[in-house]
Amino acid sequence: MTSMSDRILGLCLLVLAVAYGWVAQQWPEPFGGAEGVGPETFPTILAVVLVGSSLYLMIKPDPDAQWPLGKSALELVISIIVLVVYALLLEPLGFIISTTLAVGTMSWRMGAPPTRAFVTGLISAIVVFGLFNYGLSLSLPTGLLGGF
Amino acid sequence: METIGFLIDGFAVALTPYNLMFALFGAFVGTLIGCLPGLGPANGVAILIPLAFTLGLPPETAMILLTSVYAGAMYGGRISSILLNIPGDEPAMMTCLDGYPMAQQGRAADALAISAIASFAGSLIGTIGLIMLAPVLARFALTFGPAEYFALFLLAFATLGGITGKNPMKTVIAAALGIMISTVGIDISTGTQRYTGGVLELYEGIDFILAIVGLFAISELLFFVEARMGKGRRKVEVGKLTLTFKEVVSTLPTQLRGGLLGFIAGVLPGAGASLGSFISYTLEKSVLGKKGRFGEGDIRGVVAPEAGNNGAASGALVPMLTLGVPGSGTTAVLLAMLISLNITPGPLMFTQNADIVWGVIAALLIGNVLLLVLNIPMIGVFVRLLSVPPMYLLPIVTMVAFVGIYSISHSTFDLYFMIVFGVGGFILRKLDIPMVPIILGLLLGPEMEKNLGHALILSDGDWMTLWSSPLAIGLWLVAGLGLVLPTVFGPLLRQRMRSAIKEGPTSD
Repeated sequence: MTSMSDRILGLCLLVLAVAYGWVAQQWPEPFGGAEGVGPETFPTILAVVLVGSSLYLMIKPDPDAQWPLGKSALELVISIIVLVVYALLLEPLGFIISTTLAVGTMSWRMGAPPTRAFVTGLISAIVVFGLFNYGLSLSLPTGLLGGF
Repeated sequence: METIGFLIDGFAVALTPYNLMFALFGAFVGTLIGCLPGLGPANGVAILIPLAFTLGLPPETAMILLTSVYAGAMYGGRISSILLNIPGDEPAMMTCLDGYPMAQQGRAADALAISAIASFAGSLIGTIGLIMLAPVLARFALTFGPAEYFALFLLAFATLGGITGKNPMKTVIAAALGIMISTVGIDISTGTQRYTGGVLELYEGIDFILAIVGLFAISELLFFVEARMGKGRRKVEVGKLTLTFKEVVSTLPTQLRGGLLGFIAGVLPGAGASLGSFISYTLEKSVLGKKGRFGEGDIRGVVAPEAGNNGAASGALVPMLTLGVPGSGTTAVLLAMLISLNITPGPLMFTQNADIVWGVIAALLIGNVLLLVLNIPMIGVFVRLLSVPPMYLLPIVTMVAFVGIYSISHSTFDLYFMIVFGVGGFILRKLDIPMVPIILGLLLGPEMEKNLGHALILSDGDWMTLWSSPLAIGLWLVAGLGLVLPTVFGPLLRQRMRSAIKEGPTSD
């Protein structure tokens, strides 16, 4: 068993900690002179803590986790893309269309038959839209369907 | 007794039809969330927070709703433990041991009914404990100065991994990351811009609600996608209720012991509901010894862990309400709600927001009665919902999380941020970095910095002030122990919990 992932994580965290700590030292002294605690004090402590713990992680890493490969990884990437596209299209296409597409694609990719997946998406979209717009009078974007 | 007076006022708040309606709704949704594998209580409460906001609920109603969801989730966890041998949430793990064998013997209905009664008893004992202990602790906490608070926050982080936690260093990393995220934005005391990079949306800091929803809901979805468990499971027959009154009475001592132990485990930092149910199960096993048939479907083996974990759930509210320091993931999410409602948690809440505190406590009592009533006749509904495959359910839950976050600010920027947190959370969880310290760091970071600042200003910049009082030294010591003990006892306890589960005749 290797423990590369923890070492890589440790290295990333170390870089993050140093950068975070360094940025904190660049801030101008606040107006009115330095007091016991400036804006940089607390971040500096945090940077030190994270440097210490990331070094420890690199020296004593845990065994690797099982990383998704092949099809699982592909499905994961697809899910993330669906989420991003959903956020992207929410306003232009409107809530009902984008939700039908997003929920439909996700449940289809999770193993549902396509027709049932998209019907589930459409029904859930209409129910939630109705609930929010008429029940709670919070407007969700109507988008393309706005004219109706 | 002024406590009684407050409690009556609390009931007056909780019993208004409006609040009662939300308590019922919360209890129902909570049970649902609890019984669906993969949707834990913390997750469920997190998804409902944005909804509570967009509904524009008054603070006490919002808290009543979320507390009922919390109590309901603790009830719901047992349903899939008993029927499917898969715990709906972590604390319900021990219920599998005797619950599933009972179901296999055709006594599923009995197991569900007696566990509902045990959950009720555990919660009731826990809530009574909460009513008695919380005001005392709140009064004591009034003597804390900034140095003590700073040490207390450290203690909360140190013990959060729990005594069964795996690698304490990863808890430290998670906490540091969470606090670091909380420093983004304009510094409250000096007005310096920190880590904003000039992005307007970051000036006010990162909203912890979207971080929480991302870390829990989105990363959970990704875990499901990875495991490809979309198909769901076969439907389970529940059968007829054959539980006799005599049997219920015979488990009363078990219920009392379990509830009490659970409550103590819930209050103590670092123990929590999972340990609560484990301790009460093992104690019951050693008390009854040969008289019981534990692991083969003994009714008391279902009662003990259920009473334990529900007692612990109420116990965990004690440090959250009195000190503003949650001891578990779900109470951390409840704290997020309080902070977003502009209520400063901690001892002052008992005097300044007495209606909310006591309304919540009263709602917990009412919620439990509702849950008992809901859970016995309506068990069929929950069982049917259990067979809805996650491939339909999870996308819808994710969509509700999206809508909730979107409707707070009507900005898609927040949605992207939430996805980033979700993906980050997924990677960190794969690397065994716990989520709860990150969230607690987000919540407590600003308070920690404020208290550090106050302590140092009072002492004229002398850092020794942080450990100058005996109380502060005590807190530092416990915090140190909280980090050291898991490395010593953690492997041992985890092994015992595992072997206890393996002993059970699990066949699936």
